[in-house]
Amino acid sequence: MISYAECSARERLALLVDEGSFHEWLPPALKLTSPHLAQLGVPSAFDDGVAIGRAMLTGRPVFIAAQEGQFMGGGVGEVHGAKLVGLFRRALRDRPHAVLLLAESGGVRLHEANAGLIAVSEVMRALLDVRAAGIPVIVLIGGTGGCFGGMGIVARCADHVVMSDIGRLAMSGPEVIEASHGVEEFDSRDRALVWRTTGGKHRWLTGDCDALVEDDVAAFRTAAIRALGASRPVTLELLEAEHARLAARLAFEGAEATDWWAALGVADAARVPDLDVAGVLALGAR
Amino acid sequence: MDWHTLATRLFGAGHGITRDGDFLHGTVEFDGEPLSVIGTTGHAPIGVALALAQARAVLDVLTHNPGRALLLLIDTQGQQLRRRDELLGINRAMAHLGMCIDLARRRGHRVLGLVYDQALSGGFITSGLIADACDALPEAEIRVMRLPAMARVTKLPEALLAQLSESNPVFAPGVANYVAMGGVRRLWDGDLAQALRAALADAPTQDLRAEDGAARGGRRLAAGIVQRVLDAA
Repeated sequence: MISYAECSARERLALLVDEGSFHEWLPPALKLTSPHLAQLGVPSAFDDGVAIGRAMLTGRPVFIAAQEGQFMGGGVGEVHGAKLVGLFRRALRDRPHAVLLLAESGGVRLHEANAGLIAVSEVMRALLDVRAAGIPVIVLIGGTGGCFGGMGIVARCADHVVMSDIGRLAMSGPEVIEASHGVEEFDSRDRALVWRTTGGKHRWLTGDCDALVEDDVAAFRTAAIRALGASRPVTLELLEAEHARLAARLAFEGAEATDWWAALGVADAARVPDLDVAGVLALGAR
Repeated sequence: MDWHTLATRLFGAGHGITRDGDFLHGTVEFDGEPLSVIGTTGHAPIGVALALAQARAVLDVLTHNPGRALLLLIDTQGQQLRRRDELLGINRAMAHLGMCIDLARRRGHRVLGLVYDQALSGGFITSGLIADACDALPEAEIRVMRLPAMARVTKLPEALLAQLSESNPVFAPGVANYVAMGGVRRLWDGDLAQALRAALADAPTQDLRAEDGAARGGRRLAAGIVQRVLDAA
């Protein structure tokens, strides 16, 4: 078993797809770095924190991107975002079997904030074009950095989301909420609280991710293969169902995950954080 | 600009837009055609409830008024920073709003965003930034964060950021910078009704913001990088 969380983006790529099948576009040798980071005197990366390309998954052609959480927290800058947009546009043209996004990102890269914000919205539109074309977009979340900010929105635009119990999916990080509304609102150092509120088990129980897997690269690969046929074109009916599901959530008035799980009918909700992945899966998604 | 002043200048005194809390909605008549208006005011923080209220309004237009144009009025301080919203999946609610607007575009509704007061990050990305085009009033403010906060987060001197923002629009807040980067199509000067008329008349259906950013010199790389990915061997 190889920890997905402990792998680099490139290690995840190599292990997730068929062996040796990853072919990178705009590889680090081209040195497409962020000029904005250079202006700030901040170290840059030759891939701007994301690797993109084509690969095979059980013999089927897929496009794939992996964000490197160790570089700028996986933040989306101008170049990083444009690489993702390019990948989705190319998918629309070349029609691979699926597009896989190995997301690990704090969202917009604040060092080039304006360009990053626009870039994330361009990624959203490009992703939704691919989804509308019936090509499934599969997002995998299992890095220690989680998937936050604009990328947390992007993830929920996809056809299918896979998470490990280590993975986190949310909008604002707990530190930001604590800084804004105080430690009583969200104690960012309370790891159990952070994971109950944004972690993979919670997102699976409430249906915010479609598959919950162990922190194991092979488990992510299996889940990605299973999702290859998971295209869910966005229709008015689908959005009405989504709306009803989300609107029902507003009936819950608390802010504590265990209370919400209990309200959703999860037996022994207080025990969920102690359960392993198999134990949580046995409870069933709501 | 105050939303009511804006609405009156665009659509006249009996404009038909209603405010419920921070949520704006209504149907107006413009040049003899009905136009659905959906938006927020009061520098609204966008939480799950407000994202869903806007999404509901978009879905209702899709169901009952096929093809009708949508005007999104934007004034937000960004996403609601509360634990409950995170617990309930605020990112999913925002994605839902963005996908409702995206579907409206795909079904042939013209969707126009207008930043009339303030637009920030999370509240902006699933409204104006996912419309066919997003315009702004010249006095509006658009940003991810102000320079002092950016200096804290990036641990860089504020003076350096201020100096760099003179020449590079990616660093500093401001509608003019968003125009230069292609994120905002244009600013509305002079007669607002005439500006809306023009904005509706030439709303693009393709996402050309990277090309605009390159042409205007504010975001020089994005369009070229996208093309290089398309061309890569």
